[in-house]
Amino acid sequence: METPLTQHIVAGRQPLSLKEYERVGGYESVRKVLKQMTPTEVTDLVKASNLKGRGGAGFGTGMKWSFVPMNVPGPKYLVANADEMEPGTFKDRLLLEGNPHQLIEGMIVAAYAIQANISYVFLRWAYKLAASEIRKAIAEAYEAGYLGENILGSGYTLDMHLHTGVGRYMCGEETALLNALEGKRANPRAKPPFPQVSGLYGRPTIVNNVETLCCLPHIVNKGAEWFKSISQSEDSGTKIYGISGKVKRPGVWELPMGVTVRELLEEYAGGMKDGLKFRGLLPGGASTDFLVEEHLDVKMDYGSVTKAGSRMGTGTMIILDDKTCPVGFVLNLQHFFAQESCGFCTPCREGLPWVEKILRAMERGEGQPEHMNILEFHTQYLGPGNTFCALAPGAMEPLQSALKYFRADFERHIKEKRCPWKQ
Amino acid sequence: MEAVAPKVTIYIDNKPVEVKAGKNLLEACLGLGEDLPYFCWHPAMGSVGACRQCAVKVFKDENDTIGRLMMSCMEPVREGMRISIQDIQAKEFRNHIIGWLMTNHPHDCAVCDEGGACHLQDMTVMTGHAYRKYTFEKRTYRNQYLGPFLNHEMNRCIQCYRCVRYYKDYAGGKDLDVFAAHNHLYFGRHEDGVLESEFSGNLAEVCPTGVFTDKTLKHHYTRKWDLTSAPSICQHCSLGCNTSAGERYGTLRSITTRYNGEVNGYFLCDRGRFGYEFVNSASRIRKPLVRSQLPESTSQSIALEEAAKLISNGKVIGIGSPRASLESNFALQTLVGADHFYQGFSEPEHDLVEFNLEVLQTTDAQILSLREVEHCDAVFILGEDLTNTAPMLDLAVRQSVRQQPMMEEVPKAGFPMWQDAAVRELVQDRKGPLFIATFQPTKLDEIATETFNSTPAEIARLGFIMASIIAGEEISVHDVTEQTIRMANQIANALLHARKPAVISGTHGGRESIIKAAANIANALKTKGKDAGIMLTAPECNSLGLDMLGGHRLESAFDAIDNGYADTVIILENDLYRRASTAQVNRFFDKCKNVIVLDSLHNKTTERADILFASGTFAESDGTLVNNEGRAQRFYQVYPTLEDMQESWRWLMQLGDLVQHQYMRGWQTFDDLLPAMVVAHQNLRGVEGITPPAEFRIAGQKIPRASHRISGRTATNAVTNVSEPKPAEDPDSALSFTMEGYKGQPPSSIIPFFWSPGWNSIQATNKYQLEIGGPLKGGDPGTKLIKPSLQSRSTYFHEAPQHFLPLDGHLFMVPLYHTFGSEELSIHTPAIMERAPEPYVLLNSHDAQEMKLAEGEALTFKIEEQVYQLPVKTSSFVAQGAAGLPIGLPGLPFSALPAWGILNREISWKKQPQPIS
Repeated sequence: METPLTQHIVAGRQPLSLKEYERVGGYESVRKVLKQMTPTEVTDLVKASNLKGRGGAGFGTGMKWSFVPMNVPGPKYLVANADEMEPGTFKDRLLLEGNPHQLIEGMIVAAYAIQANISYVFLRWAYKLAASEIRKAIAEAYEAGYLGENILGSGYTLDMHLHTGVGRYMCGEETALLNALEGKRANPRAKPPFPQVSGLYGRPTIVNNVETLCCLPHIVNKGAEWFKSISQSEDSGTKIYGISGKVKRPGVWELPMGVTVRELLEEYAGGMKDGLKFRGLLPGGASTDFLVEEHLDVKMDYGSVTKAGSRMGTGTMIILDDKTCPVGFVLNLQHFFAQESCGFCTPCREGLPWVEKILRAMERGEGQPEHMNILEFHTQYLGPGNTFCALAPGAMEPLQSALKYFRADFERHIKEKRCPWKQ
Repeated sequence: MEAVAPKVTIYIDNKPVEVKAGKNLLEACLGLGEDLPYFCWHPAMGSVGACRQCAVKVFKDENDTIGRLMMSCMEPVREGMRISIQDIQAKEFRNHIIGWLMTNHPHDCAVCDEGGACHLQDMTVMTGHAYRKYTFEKRTYRNQYLGPFLNHEMNRCIQCYRCVRYYKDYAGGKDLDVFAAHNHLYFGRHEDGVLESEFSGNLAEVCPTGVFTDKTLKHHYTRKWDLTSAPSICQHCSLGCNTSAGERYGTLRSITTRYNGEVNGYFLCDRGRFGYEFVNSASRIRKPLVRSQLPESTSQSIALEEAAKLISNGKVIGIGSPRASLESNFALQTLVGADHFYQGFSEPEHDLVEFNLEVLQTTDAQILSLREVEHCDAVFILGEDLTNTAPMLDLAVRQSVRQQPMMEEVPKAGFPMWQDAAVRELVQDRKGPLFIATFQPTKLDEIATETFNSTPAEIARLGFIMASIIAGEEISVHDVTEQTIRMANQIANALLHARKPAVISGTHGGRESIIKAAANIANALKTKGKDAGIMLTAPECNSLGLDMLGGHRLESAFDAIDNGYADTVIILENDLYRRASTAQVNRFFDKCKNVIVLDSLHNKTTERADILFASGTFAESDGTLVNNEGRAQRFYQVYPTLEDMQESWRWLMQLGDLVQHQYMRGWQTFDDLLPAMVVAHQNLRGVEGITPPAEFRIAGQKIPRASHRISGRTATNAVTNVSEPKPAEDPDSALSFTMEGYKGQPPSSIIPFFWSPGWNSIQATNKYQLEIGGPLKGGDPGTKLIKPSLQSRSTYFHEAPQHFLPLDGHLFMVPLYHTFGSEELSIHTPAIMERAPEPYVLLNSHDAQEMKLAEGEALTFKIEEQVYQLPVKTSSFVAQGAAGLPIGLPGLPFSALPAWGILNREISWKKQPQPIS
């Protein structure tokens, strides 16, 4: 089993220095693209590899790049979205702290493909260790001539800057991220125009997830066919999966795309802690629908999880056990989403706090039968397109599926005027 | 601005309709008269898609029965597009949006100033949302003190972002923003304090609910439905913005924007909006006075008889006024005879206005309207501090600067102009070319490409040089520095690169040479095939109109009395102490045998009156004003007055009748006077057609000034008499003083207030427009009196001034203006007074240093006879040897500026004259 993304990451050890990284083949892909490939060839290769964005939406990376206009004067930008703030998600952190040079290498490849000369790593503020490792790695890369003017004598120039955010979930949304990077409020932007056409400072811009970018050196070095071959599903490559919750061994693992939920839960996480029963899971972070017992044999790839009624998202699961109140579980998420709403559009700004207050009332034993209808209409109307961005629709995913799978638990709260999980 | 766009067919609830391509669905629907609710969209500010209120169903094709909810403000219309406004899901979603907004909106309509004219109320009713399901606590905020103009009540906020988008993005303000996040967004200042923008009052209209409300209205609050309103014209500068003035119980309560697509559009400046309270001032003259009698205060008939005696027995001259209507000036001119009519301007001002008019009548360049300035793609301002002399022109220039890069960038990017956030993102901080040459730094400098601060002479010289460069001629100005040439070249190139360059100047620079230079530049651009435009500001609301009537300078009136040519003077709405030096005016009055004054407010001139007539202000009068571009516009009496106070022209007509004046016989109403005026003054032809005559009726009815919603009409006078009195008649216009009358839309020139069923706020304006943001139905009111000349007659002016040379022991005093303080009438409003600066003199920093004067220390100087002692302010940008002296501030005596000020000998300031370059 190949683990290209994490092969050089060893727990408890410093990440590879640039020299060490070069010794194991690091920056080979940069040499290759700069010396042997045209930007269009790089984009075509990535298209052929069927690499899908690992940030959650699963959009084809090569396709995304192909919307960038190539023959326009003026600057273009590449941004690595390292603002990993999806609850339950800590896969990018592993890559950032474990092998920052791999990210830089991937960013150079991507930037070259879209002919961007300026790039940014937009990092979650709380990732302090990652910040210092990336800063060090960028300095090394400049020193070695992988960044800066005329990289490896190719005539291509790329600058890279680290930008640490201030900890807003909204910044994970690419247009809000761009606004934040410009020093504005992290409100999302209307699309179209897409960032590929009018992004950072109104210029063509690509925003890619850290994990996505880390795949690029390997695709360049080993080819599209190889990348497809290491997967167990239609979606190519490996995926860093994670599990949190009351399991025996929570963690992250790089596995072929398409392992089943059951494999992950039982083989890698070691199953539920003793005395606890599995009730459900959010497959890809807080903004995905619950999957339950019947879905345990679903493959963890974009198509299969969607078919099961949820989203692959970031591929990092949160497990719900039988000793945890599902209403309280969802309340915790809704509190997060309500707080992280930027406040720009009405349904999200006003709807999420209402949902949160209802769930809190239920937990306090003050739930009313009418509350179920109010929760229902929120799940119905806070859908994509109705709100300005995907935050509120994402927030509704765990709620709507909880109402579907754990409805009886909600009703018990109202009927018994208490939380049955509390003493 | 928009080119003639092709039409596309869309289907609204299966009904095919034609709409203009390029619009968004919301505009298109509203333009068709559909009732579609919205909050964050504003016709002047475009779409951002924040409130989600305007959702409609959009179907892929005729077979699609499911469709998708989409925000109509964010969707461009497309040929064959099928949408539904009535779709159940769309209606339910729109209803829920109100429901969400109501989770935090307080239920305080009954005590909210906005109530009854609230867009949020209207939209709530429109969506059918009636019952609140939200049972939890509402969030609360601390409100801020924002100055004397606006009240702040954040709990009512529905977070539509309109306020910051207007204040920052549209009007260029810096001290209002959005803070915090999620459902605790806060719209306000970083701390309590006076809002800095001169256009802050528009927030009261831009805000869809009662967060920002008119604080001056609060001091004498009345529900908007209880107002009696009339279409009016702003009196506080020369631009002639259209307003709607509202009254109750004999006091004027508020001024709101009256949309005029060619003039002020949706907005007003704060002086125009809040300066109205002089009408209610305690210094109003409410009854005629005859000083020789006791008591002085007397009846209409006695005052008229006494005055008639003086007129019949005396050698009479009349002094008109640039702040009085055409009709009042014409009535005086007729009464005394054209030969004996003197314009109320001082000599320099008279000459400047006359010259302005000459330029406008002869220039090849287009005479720009405010709206047209917005669409110019390069602007050069000579000698005008627009923010303070013609505020709404500042706002128009800001739009030009903002739109020029949009016009270049957005069409290439392929999304519509109305997609505001995307447009701003694309354009970033690129700005259209704007060059400003003024004596002192101005507020517009912050968005200018380049600025030039120097004396009027140097500004004019720069302009002359530029005109030569543009025309491709040899520079005839002597003694030019390389730096000036470089700047002249830069500005000339920018103007030559533009499609539609604008040259803005006016009378406030105080020098004819500046206007000459501006005219030369505009004409030179025109000869180079540019679609160039010119805009010249004038001193007051009817300066141009007065000049079009003709008449002598004020100084000639002084001479006429002095040499015994006349002994009696009739002064119309004019405080001569603001026109000439105190000594001069005192001499004049001392020599006058009889002084008859007509005015609305007590001032130093009315103190000298033997007979004083109580004139109506704009709120108590009908009249016509000619704005700076030669646009004649009619204002209407707002409410009836008792007979002791009436329009100046009516007093003068009655006097004419009493003295059996040959031309004034039978004049009784406005419409008797109007045709006579047009016959006497061919250049005013067109004024008679601005508005329908007084006998105009629709379905036999007049147009009501009061809303049919006015409450308690029968109770209004019940304290004095339980029987309802007969409503006052208005013999002068087609408007009635009551709620009775035609309920539909009146002709565009006599719209007292905007209202439409279900639209009680100012947003009802949409219903009166031909298309959203376009002209009013029936055309924007007013008529341009200066028609473009068919043959090129434009003169090229040659006399560029010499370099400015400082003079030992002197300072060259240049006039400075203040939005709040310089204007005569608005200063009687407490809120405006609060914003007015204390008198000061602005010196060059080096000069101040040499005179050993620190900021705030007093400088003593003399202009003619007038001695000034004023605290010093300094700036390194004003020219050495020159200084700025504010105009018109309370307590500051008049001097005709620019003029040399002689420094007090006790101040040791020795300096050799040297040329400033």
